[in-house]
Amino acid sequence: MNLTKAGAMTKWINKGSKPTRTGFGEGVKAAASKNDKIVGLGADITTSVGLHFFADAFPERFFSLGIAEQNAIGVAAGLALSGKIPVFSTYGVFAAHRAADQIRISLCYNNLHAIIGGAHAGISVGPDGATHQALEDIASLRALPNMTILSPCDATQAFIAVQKAVEALNNPVYIRFGREAVADFTAEDQHFEIGKAQHMRNGRDLCIIATGHLVWEAFQAAERLADKGIEAAVINMHTLKPLDEDAVVAAARKYRKIVTSEEHQITGGLGSAVAEVLAENYPARLLRIGMNDRFGESGKAEELLAKYQLDAKGIAQQIERWINS
Amino acid sequence: MKTCYAQAYEIRKLVLKSLAEAGSGHTGGSLGLADVFAVLYHKVLRHKPAEPNWDERDRLVLSIGHVAPVLYATLAFTGYFPVEELRTLRKLGSRLQGHPGRDFGLPGIELSAGSLGQGLSVALGMALADKMDNKNRRTYCILGDGELQEGSVWEAVMAASHHQADNLCAIVDRNGLQIDGPTEKVMKLESLADRWKAFGWNVITVNGHDHVALIQAFELAQITKNKPTVILAKTLMGKGVKSIEDDYGWHGKAPSKEQLKGFLNELNQSRRYDKMD
Repeated sequence: MNLTKAGAMTKWINKGSKPTRTGFGEGVKAAASKNDKIVGLGADITTSVGLHFFADAFPERFFSLGIAEQNAIGVAAGLALSGKIPVFSTYGVFAAHRAADQIRISLCYNNLHAIIGGAHAGISVGPDGATHQALEDIASLRALPNMTILSPCDATQAFIAVQKAVEALNNPVYIRFGREAVADFTAEDQHFEIGKAQHMRNGRDLCIIATGHLVWEAFQAAERLADKGIEAAVINMHTLKPLDEDAVVAAARKYRKIVTSEEHQITGGLGSAVAEVLAENYPARLLRIGMNDRFGESGKAEELLAKYQLDAKGIAQQIERWINS
Repeated sequence: MKTCYAQAYEIRKLVLKSLAEAGSGHTGGSLGLADVFAVLYHKVLRHKPAEPNWDERDRLVLSIGHVAPVLYATLAFTGYFPVEELRTLRKLGSRLQGHPGRDFGLPGIELSAGSLGQGLSVALGMALADKMDNKNRRTYCILGDGELQEGSVWEAVMAASHHQADNLCAIVDRNGLQIDGPTEKVMKLESLADRWKAFGWNVITVNGHDHVALIQAFELAQITKNKPTVILAKTLMGKGVKSIEDDYGWHGKAPSKEQLKGFLNELNQSRRYDKMD
């Protein structure tokens, strides 16, 4: 890979705004039309998490389980033990925290192929406020053996991530996605490999490793920084576990300065994962951008992203301050 | 009706021997469930010990993983693996983990479990899959009574009746004891039958040491349509070893090698013989 030339490696074109949850939901339906082992499990918020595309198309393969996440994970385990590929989707907060022990024992210890959709990730959930904004789900799930965590950057990638989770894996998978319509900019024929980071932009001075829709914000932040003579590379870390350690080390060797950017606490998520790799392999200056040990609040998505400096402007400002400090 | 008290006796002997060898583990519940296990594996389950992954087998999910010794003893006794392997219970490198772990490769283990409150949900998932595939095999799930204090159990209870999982049969080991003492003192469960009934289940209460009653209960469960069945099996913790029967101090304790001989003697004295007709 050529990391020397500054500027965009690929022309990323914003096709318009689309929620990643829609990409996930359409992805489940598409995968299910090719694979009759796929079974859907709903926890009352079926439409909200994008599973209605599947439930409407395949009602005989959809089970309504009510507001009972712990049971849903167990049912998923039983279905998987019978050769089905269950897809259970609910808000990330409820999956990762309410059903944490079921995910640990019934799914991960048994190492079963089930897909958990972690919806409403991050502060951009907006007006619902802190209770419904998943900001610690990665931390909760990242330590679990056998677990794979995917965090696609847009709707197109969420669609592809579901196909890969069905076809390429045989273990528990958590796919994290957001509520709001965000830039849908990756190509439908993109190369997407679980566990392999995508290099979105070359740089010179530093590298931003982002995940989820903050990849787009990081990309825009890099453009802003370029105007000030700072060339930032951008990496899309769409797989949080297993982490592409080689990509992190290569970026640290090349750019010396690393920034992580995520809609999650800076502890336990992408920032921590990258810090671990750097500390053990190639110590480098690191700035972790995310939520800093506090809960979210109500507000419009764009207001909250601005307040916590997670939008392009905020990311650029934080980096500029840091690089000059 | 042919009973299997002889098998239950042998299973109890193996439970005691393996626990004494291990030096730790759950004696009370394992002895208390020996009749249920003997009846299930000899009279009820359709299974092939030589072919543990047989696709048409009935499945038994042990939600209370801590009574693994009675599951292991039953599996060994019915031919899933050599009886000698019971000596490795709870030891480093053993396939006989303290709580069942599928990863370790012991034949006949359907689920890694032991964190209470999870097994019934998994059994329900299995039952729903069989409904989808029009398989007429059945899924059984053994729960402890103390375990019913876990809220997640009642999520599964609600969902099983909602989805009319009549191919699912839960068995509750109603020995009335848990680690801190009697269930009714620690956290009241009565009236237990009414509670399951209110959730839409077919409820059968039996003496969990009476093989005829157990066999009849399982038969009744099999012909009950549109609702799942729970068998509330009234048992004595430590059943068969008089000096420790109904003593919650023996929930999580294993006999020492010195105690083993006396326990086996007591077991022999309390032995029941099979009725033949």
